Amino acid sequence: MCSVPVKKPKTDIGPPYYYDMLPEIIKENYGKWKYHEKIKPGVLKHVSENGAELYTVRAGSPRLLSIVTIREYADLADKYSGGHLRFTSRHNVEFLLSDPANIEPLIAELEAKGYPVGGTGDCLNNIIHTQGWIHCHSAATDASGPVKAVMDDLFEYFKKDDLPAKLKISMACCLNMCGAVHCSDIAFVGIHRTVPTIDDAGVAKGCEIPNVIASCPTGAIRPNPKAKSVMVNEEKCMYCGNCYTVCPSMKIMDPVNDGVAIFVGGKVANARSGPAFSRLAIPWVPNTPPRWDELVVAIRNLVEIWVKDARKGERYGEWIERIGWEKFFEMANLPFTDKHIDDFIFSVPTFRTTTNFKY
Amino acid sequence: MSEKKRPLLEELKKGPWPSFVKEMEKSAHNSKTAELLDLLERSYEDKTGHWKHGGIVGVTGYGGGVIGRYTDLPEEFPEVREFHTMRVNQPSGWYYTSDALRTLCDIWEKHGSGLTNMHGATGDAILLGTTTEHLQPCFNDLSEAGFDLGGSGSNMRTPSCCAGPARCQNACIDTLDLCHNLTNTFQDYLHRPSFPYKFKIKISGCANDCVASIARADLSIIGTWRDAIRIDQEAVKEYAAQGYDIQGLVVDKCPSQACTYNAEIQEFTVDNPNCVRCMHCINKMPKALRIGKETGATILIGGKATIVQSAFLSWVIVPFMKLEKEDDYAELKDLIERIWEWWDENGKVRERVGELIYRKGMREFLKAVGLPPVPQMVKHPRANPYFFWWPDEIISSASGDAEAEAAAGAEVEK
Repeated sequence: MCSVPVKKPKTDIGPPYYYDMLPEIIKENYGKWKYHEKIKPGVLKHVSENGAELYTVRAGSPRLLSIVTIREYADLADKYSGGHLRFTSRHNVEFLLSDPANIEPLIAELEAKGYPVGGTGDCLNNIIHTQGWIHCHSAATDASGPVKAVMDDLFEYFKKDDLPAKLKISMACCLNMCGAVHCSDIAFVGIHRTVPTIDDAGVAKGCEIPNVIASCPTGAIRPNPKAKSVMVNEEKCMYCGNCYTVCPSMKIMDPVNDGVAIFVGGKVANARSGPAFSRLAIPWVPNTPPRWDELVVAIRNLVEIWVKDARKGERYGEWIERIGWEKFFEMANLPFTDKHIDDFIFSVPTFRTTTNFKY
Repeated sequence: MSEKKRPLLEELKKGPWPSFVKEMEKSAHNSKTAELLDLLERSYEDKTGHWKHGGIVGVTGYGGGVIGRYTDLPEEFPEVREFHTMRVNQPSGWYYTSDALRTLCDIWEKHGSGLTNMHGATGDAILLGTTTEHLQPCFNDLSEAGFDLGGSGSNMRTPSCCAGPARCQNACIDTLDLCHNLTNTFQDYLHRPSFPYKFKIKISGCANDCVASIARADLSIIGTWRDAIRIDQEAVKEYAAQGYDIQGLVVDKCPSQACTYNAEIQEFTVDNPNCVRCMHCINKMPKALRIGKETGATILIGGKATIVQSAFLSWVIVPFMKLEKEDDYAELKDLIERIWEWWDENGKVRERVGELIYRKGMREFLKAVGLPPVPQMVKHPRANPYFFWWPDEIISSASGDAEAEAAAGAEVEK
């Protein structure tokens, strides 16, 4: 008898077919949805052309999930939504219900398990974020920790949909910005503030010098032929860390000086005003684990001034556009510094070229 | 299981928002996950990460989909000496059945830490933390169960899309089908890195752009229409009857002043040729207003985050393209391949396609991929007089041939 041959794995099979994941009510009404209503924070009702009603219940998650929790989601889906659920681009889980009688029992179970329901419409949505110290080599700060601290503090807004408009906060733990947080109402980003320390022997042994030189946005890196390494012009370096990404021997971590910068006023939707970048509000708050108290206070302040002053329907950036940046800094009680004035390659169009401004 | 105290992480179990520390503890019967908690506590003490750059690890036949990860404190934390990530290609729109999720969980319980991200920024389901020896068996089990890996490195990254026509009335295109189709068609580019750098494709069904394609995709596909917004005047009257401020919240905020509302007869009208289809009025009165019927997508290129040359929002290159399942999206796929060909030929190592267009000029790009310049591509024309001419647009002084001059002149006017 011969042994069973080892089966060669199938490659290039592609992702599971989405259609097989859909509940009957969706298959029957695919492409036929007519409108939706916001029932309450975290609950949407979609109505189709033939009158079918689909209910969505959205719960927030910390993105980093144990399989224990995912199995709980699966059990809840079996119990309340025929085994059908989805995730959103902002790390929420959504249960797709055809029976409205299941909405309240599902919410009660989710809340009892500590999975808060909310985040739809004019709520604070979940914070998109990155990996941080849990699993990334280039993180200038943690991601899950600061996000948890900020969401704890702003929790009430996840459950209330009476903000001036939707509020999307995003977080990236270094300038690589996995998840592209640069177009959010409020974005906070891990930054470095000191030049890399060069391990010449390491560069010589392990790095492609032309790649290291090319990785620098400001041309601050030049060859150091003697050491078969590179040199950094400290006056040109703005600590982006891209050289470290391509060469581990350009060490840029600095526990004392690394921290978080906060940007405001960006959006991606085209509704009314077009998509826009977030702009610098606070150049640096220190890394203060475990709960980043300075960061939490700063973001709460930024949210509250908008909630207080914005007109109904104004996203963060639209509000600032109306009142003017000079008023924003005054209202936020934030110092305006030389850090706020762009000096990178696309700076000129950001300078004021009119005598129209406020005091 | 480690019984060490972790006082800093303990602080992050407090508060109403779900705690990632509690999530990690749920899987801490796995010795690797327990040690990951210890390593994270150390990062909280040191205020710095403790991971090294990725090494080259993977599964047979693929060059992407696995991110090698090693701690820089292997003596102290031997259990996470190797702690690699696997990216699992998600179903379009992140729709799952409970059974599909359980299958994924069972495989990950067998082969890894039990920790995941649902989902990573690119869209994949992220399986966080396993050893080199488990990679191939884990992939074999995934493949057997109908899952495949996503992209990483310099390849086409896993395409992703919004909820689409499965759960949204605003889907102008079948984002789910298109995402599935493009992923399958271009799998070789996804699994086997051969590009200058990463290339992300994201598909949103309408201009609300729920997957932020314009901000973070090299190729952004955003649904739109080119006929008229559909209006249900009875539903308009219902909004009015409920006291909804149609003038203030809808009409006055229309960016192109294309909406009007006659409060006397409670009639809402749209000047469609002057509507820019931003979705605002439809968002505000979903029961009364609907997207048009002649639908397709706007194609944009170059979106990316900050590194290296600054963040770019994607730029319009095709204002409207029909996207038909019937012809297997041939026009779009053909365009994508022409874009890749030009980028592959001209791009430097780690140069995103948007940065290449910035370096070489949009005119070079448009000519190379065969797209005609149209005003929809710009906010305004250039203000400087520094523009190039193609050789065939110049009247040759040597020829003295009136016919050739006339032909060249005509070419310029075109």
